[in-house]
Amino acid sequence: MSAMEGMEKIDPGGTEAVADVRTQEMFINMGPQHPSTHGVLRVLLTADGEVISSAKPYVGYIHRCAEKIGETLTLEQFTPYTDRYDYLSAMNNNLGYCMAVEKLCGIEAPERAQYIRVIVAELNRIASHLVAFGTYGLDLGAFTPFCYAFRDREWILSLFERLCGARLTYNYVCIGGVRHDLPEGFLEGTRNFCDHMEKTWKEYDTLLSRNAIFVRRTAGIGVVSAEEARAWGFTGPCLRGSGVAYDVRRARPYLVYDKLDFDIPVGRGEAGVQGDCWDRYYVRMLEILESIKIVRQCLDVLPGGDVKAKVSKALKAPEKEVYLGVENPRGELGHYIVGGGGKNAYRMRIRGPSFANLTILGKLLEGAMIADAVAIIGSLDIVLGEVDR
Amino acid sequence: MGPQNLPVQPAAPGVLLTTLDEALDWARRGSIWPMTFGLACCAIEMMCAGAPHFDLDRYGAGAFRPSPRQADLMIVAGTVTFKMAPVIKRLYEQVPDPKWVIAMGACACRGGPYYRHGYHVVKGVDRIVPVDVYLPGCPPRPEALLDAVMALQAKMDRMKTFSAGKPGPAGEPAGAGKEKEA
Amino acid sequence: MAMEFPVIAKLLEGRFPEAVKGAVTDKGDPWIEAAADSVPEVLEFLKEEEGLKFDLLLMVTGVDRPDAEGGGSIEVVYHLLSTTEGHELVLKAVLPRENPVCPSAVPIYPAALWHERETFDLLGVEFTGHPDLRRILCPEDWVGHPLRKDYEYPEEYGGISAK
Repeated sequence: MSAMEGMEKIDPGGTEAVADVRTQEMFINMGPQHPSTHGVLRVLLTADGEVISSAKPYVGYIHRCAEKIGETLTLEQFTPYTDRYDYLSAMNNNLGYCMAVEKLCGIEAPERAQYIRVIVAELNRIASHLVAFGTYGLDLGAFTPFCYAFRDREWILSLFERLCGARLTYNYVCIGGVRHDLPEGFLEGTRNFCDHMEKTWKEYDTLLSRNAIFVRRTAGIGVVSAEEARAWGFTGPCLRGSGVAYDVRRARPYLVYDKLDFDIPVGRGEAGVQGDCWDRYYVRMLEILESIKIVRQCLDVLPGGDVKAKVSKALKAPEKEVYLGVENPRGELGHYIVGGGGKNAYRMRIRGPSFANLTILGKLLEGAMIADAVAIIGSLDIVLGEVDR
Repeated sequence: MGPQNLPVQPAAPGVLLTTLDEALDWARRGSIWPMTFGLACCAIEMMCAGAPHFDLDRYGAGAFRPSPRQADLMIVAGTVTFKMAPVIKRLYEQVPDPKWVIAMGACACRGGPYYRHGYHVVKGVDRIVPVDVYLPGCPPRPEALLDAVMALQAKMDRMKTFSAGKPGPAGEPAGAGKEKEA
Repeated sequence: MAMEFPVIAKLLEGRFPEAVKGAVTDKGDPWIEAAADSVPEVLEFLKEEEGLKFDLLLMVTGVDRPDAEGGGSIEVVYHLLSTTEGHELVLKAVLPRENPVCPSAVPIYPAALWHERETFDLLGVEFTGHPDLRRILCPEDWVGHPLRKDYEYPEEYGGISAK
């Protein structure tokens, strides 16, 4: 009791007690080697005690010249490089690039290939969201979700391995379709995975989403309003977390998405304020369920036929300019390709969703607590390979 | 890694006799502490290797440390760029001796797919820090990383710190000095 | 309601008869060319005007064309999107290659903050009024702009051979 009495006497907001204390700002360098920056991001924080007064992000530590390479190599040769900018969703990158080239050169993929593309893209989306889920838990001090998420992710990777032999960088979607048809047992394996994932999703939800510590660390933190989200060029789960129901798959449908039934989850401020870290996290969780729904529909109606359209061996980029955006796990991945009549693109610009989503970081960290910086960076779910390309 | 792997001399019951060198090498190879340090795609495979399915801990090398001061193994997992190079060099210098480096992936070995047109890519991490084990692949599978760790453990077994005088600098076979004397 | 490109083009040409130099529709995705000085006004109009409401700037980038007439040019390209109306637009400004200067779009779209820095870094376009125009991907003391067509790969950087 006496301790409680003592505490009551302290006035937390009082200025008298601290008036004489000399304070000065402190610089904290976070990264580029930091376990919670999801790669090689560096943030220079200026902190006044526990409160961040300004933050300066530095990127470029993994700038691998993808755009220059895209201008130098032929259209076909560049496909494997697309795997490597957002390495957590390589299938989606392949897809975005190949579809942009198809738009440029006027190629259409056969229907079976389109369904297969949707299946692999959605599976990859689940795998990517699982990493986001696992590492976000890890950032906030929960190790178990990481183990669970990587266990289930292995299932998807082994399916992809059967499909194309690679675990991470697939190079499976190609210009004009997909490299080859589905292997035996793939459909069954995918169906089994969907059943399994649906069951374990509930476990994940109770394990992390409703965890009291997790909620207190993410709810009401790093709030981005819908207006801000648009102005700062957010796309994907980050934009939807702020309550804007914009999804490229629905707004500008590609492949066969217009024939499929799925919902667009948006942040509603269930745990705190709309557009906070928890909302962005939870939109990703709900998207896993939507992806399962999409995959199942595709498995049910998968048509027969060819998986690759006839594409000239010496494919040339006509003198045209195209932009094509697809919905990646992190947002809109856009390829802006300028053709110059040669075998290579004249100019290749990759709009990485992580790059655009990270722009706001400096502003978002201002006024936040140091401990929340990790929660905010994690909730944006960035892949530095794509930020720097 | 059980004590049965430690070369011991027969002695009285309950007594193990071995040399300090053997004991030190045995202890080192069984408690490698890698640094949590991912650069690019390979880092994901490194995470997979540490995750339950592949479980790097089985080989006594799963205690990932966020600080270089606590680590003794640096796994350079990914593409090294010119902007990152000074950072990597400093991190390597912060790791206390004895220390080891695994160059994981084609990029860390030799620039990988970015060798020709990657104007901003360092063509191999061995231009900055000495490398003990090269692990090619784009990216290498987690099993390959386990293999690289075991190759490193085999190297650690040959360190013989006391008989060789001092710990050999990474990149050179340890105990090389002694062989020259003999 | 999504607006078709010709309608948007007409609307812009009517509103900015001097600044808008015309629409190109026969080369893939259509685009509108505007004078560099007037880019902020045009963007502001596109963002605020009822019925247009381009609320999301997807990206800003540049294309180097050393062979263009008049000593070469650099095109700055803006990709805009409306999340509420559902239409897209490409806006271009052509700058001289020798001295590419363009007013910044950051006051209108904060999203341009890093895109413009990248365009400055890789192509050397200077954006006036940008609050923090520094290199973003390459180190600050990097020489040259890598995405210029006449860029030569470096021999070495920071004492490390690059060949």
